[in-house]
Amino acid sequence: MLEIKNLHAEIDGKPILRGIDLVVRPGETHAIMGPNGSGKSTLSHVLAGREGYTVTDGSATFNGKPLLELEPEERAGEGVFLAFQYPVEIPGVNNVYMLKAALNGIRAYRGEKELSAVDFLKLVKARVKAVGLDESLLNRPVNEGFSGGEKKRNEVFQMSVLEPRLAILDETDSGLDIDALKAVAEGVNALRDEERSFIVVTHYQRLLDYIVPDYVHVLSKGRIIKSGGKELAHELEARGYDWLTSEAA
Amino acid sequence: MASNAQDIEKIVDRQYAAGFFTEIDQDTVPPGLDTDTIRLISAKKNEPEWMLEWRLKAFARFQQMREPNWAHVSYPPIDLQAISYYSAPKSDKDRPQSLDEVDPKLLETYEKLGIPLEEQKMLAGVAVDAVFDSVSVHTTFRDKLAEAGVIFCSFSEAVQEHPELIQKYLGSVVPVTDNYYAALNSAVFTDGSFVYIPKNTRCPMELSTYFRINAMNTGQFERTLVIADEGSYVSYLEGCTAPMRDENQLHAAVVELVALQDAEIKYSTVQNWYPGDEEGRGGIYNFVTKRGDCRGARSKISWTQVETGSAITWKYPSCVLKGEDSVGEFYSVALTNNLQQADTGTKMVHLGRGTRSTIVSKGISAGRSQNAYRGLVRIAPGAEGARNYTQCDSLLLGDRSAAHTFPYIECRNPSAQVEHEASTSKISDDQLFYLRSRGIGQEDAVNMIVNGFCKEVFKELPMEFAVEAQKLLGISLEGAVG
Repeated sequence: MLEIKNLHAEIDGKPILRGIDLVVRPGETHAIMGPNGSGKSTLSHVLAGREGYTVTDGSATFNGKPLLELEPEERAGEGVFLAFQYPVEIPGVNNVYMLKAALNGIRAYRGEKELSAVDFLKLVKARVKAVGLDESLLNRPVNEGFSGGEKKRNEVFQMSVLEPRLAILDETDSGLDIDALKAVAEGVNALRDEERSFIVVTHYQRLLDYIVPDYVHVLSKGRIIKSGGKELAHELEARGYDWLTSEAA
Repeated sequence: MASNAQDIEKIVDRQYAAGFFTEIDQDTVPPGLDTDTIRLISAKKNEPEWMLEWRLKAFARFQQMREPNWAHVSYPPIDLQAISYYSAPKSDKDRPQSLDEVDPKLLETYEKLGIPLEEQKMLAGVAVDAVFDSVSVHTTFRDKLAEAGVIFCSFSEAVQEHPELIQKYLGSVVPVTDNYYAALNSAVFTDGSFVYIPKNTRCPMELSTYFRINAMNTGQFERTLVIADEGSYVSYLEGCTAPMRDENQLHAAVVELVALQDAEIKYSTVQNWYPGDEEGRGGIYNFVTKRGDCRGARSKISWTQVETGSAITWKYPSCVLKGEDSVGEFYSVALTNNLQQADTGTKMVHLGRGTRSTIVSKGISAGRSQNAYRGLVRIAPGAEGARNYTQCDSLLLGDRSAAHTFPYIECRNPSAQVEHEASTSKISDDQLFYLRSRGIGQEDAVNMIVNGFCKEVFKELPMEFAVEAQKLLGISLEGAVG
């Protein structure tokens, strides 16, 4: 599904990613862990197509398409979704209105018909319940005045409506208390199936207690220095990152 | 991947979608401005003597006045002698009685704009007085309005048929000496709209006028007078677009509103005059004087405007709050692109006790445009307990446009409360990326953010007009909107 080869990227001439190799197959959940400044968020942003990064080498193909050459909205059309670490507030733009435009944008990209207002509303009602988002947030401006937990839940809610093939969760656990974390994780787990893949970027092992990954990769200084199963996360929790980063150096 | 700033420029650098030109024979007088011109206009319109005298008096005053230069706009000197002051479609002499008699090319023009008269006629609740150049060509729903006692007609008709109302109210809000352009308008205005709502009458439909400039080198001087008698209500919609052309055009309209005791006037404008091309060539000079007089106690006047067009906009719809507890409102979206210049805002003059005013101004600057808000809030010594709230937000697109704010507050009553809030922001890369990563194309994303920014103003517009306004904003920003 996703194949990243020797990916190098820099920002303002400063190299951040220095050769990432990663293969994600349908239905797999990969956790990307690592200390601050290791390039975790950069990897998410580069995959989703955020501007300001320069890819200097390597490639990423998604279902056979050269992902890095696509515009962000085209990547969404292909089925990539990024759950933001800091969801953005958009004053005056109704949350559901935005989501409808997004879903229909994706459908148009795929050559599918627009969803009727009635069908869309049905979908929204079903999903908003499933992720436990307060319904009153639906008609508020996007993320404006939402609490930290509400913002993250809104991300998962959007994901559940847009039904991506690959979801990238960028530090979705940051700033959440344990209850909010559980709720968000439940929402994510409900979306896991044999086709859908996840890349879960996190600093802490805590989130992985609830979203149990198939693979764990440790990122340091822009490279994956260790990969393993879910038990690697527990090892990191117990021993920290130092033993790995010093081992790699 | 191109930078965001460049992408935004691509989106905003669109051609004027309403730019086309309809060939219709014009009955146009040679350029030039003197008392003979004014006599000619008056004679062509078969005006009574008092009207001609009023015009000549205005012209005499105009000749002693100078063009104002305080606005934050710049343009080459306007040669008033090079302008033709009268132009009417040939069908003027025998006015069409139905759509069948209207010049098909004119109808075509409206259809290109997406506002076919045929459809509007059927649109329940909207009467249309379409002003094509200087003479009203078509008026609908007259009968239904007449039933309610509402007078809605062209200004020329009103001069003939309701001289007592014209003589009583014309120039009573905007005196001929008010300013340079108002004086010029008073001398040479050719037509416009007249509305009178009788006592305790709620106008049964929204009144709507579509303006369109369509003659080369012809100045357009519209005159609008709306009178809401005691306890009445009217919602008036004014909208316009203009065909593409290469010559600058002067547009100096005057709009006067009078609200008597307990009356309310809601005046909404969507303005889309031709703004000129990317290099700033052509485009309309829009020097407008709009003022409302809350003459009676508890009267209310509300201005809502969406300004996307014109090369230069110089416009300050204002309220004079004379009546006790009268209310003035101003909601504005002004979008400038390319080399457009806008200096727009409002004046709220509080004279009566307990008067209240609200100002919400949203300025959007794109391209290399200049967008200024200029507002005056004046509280007179007698305006006990007056209140004003002003909110003034600017949004910048790209990095070559500019926003300016010039708020003036004069408060001469210690019991008054005046609040002013202002903000300036840019469309952030974060917002754009967020929407795009959800599958929304860049153009739609920009449009969505801009529309969100304007929401507080759009919700003040009548429903159909809000849709029109969003569409215009979309056209101005990105060419086409579904």
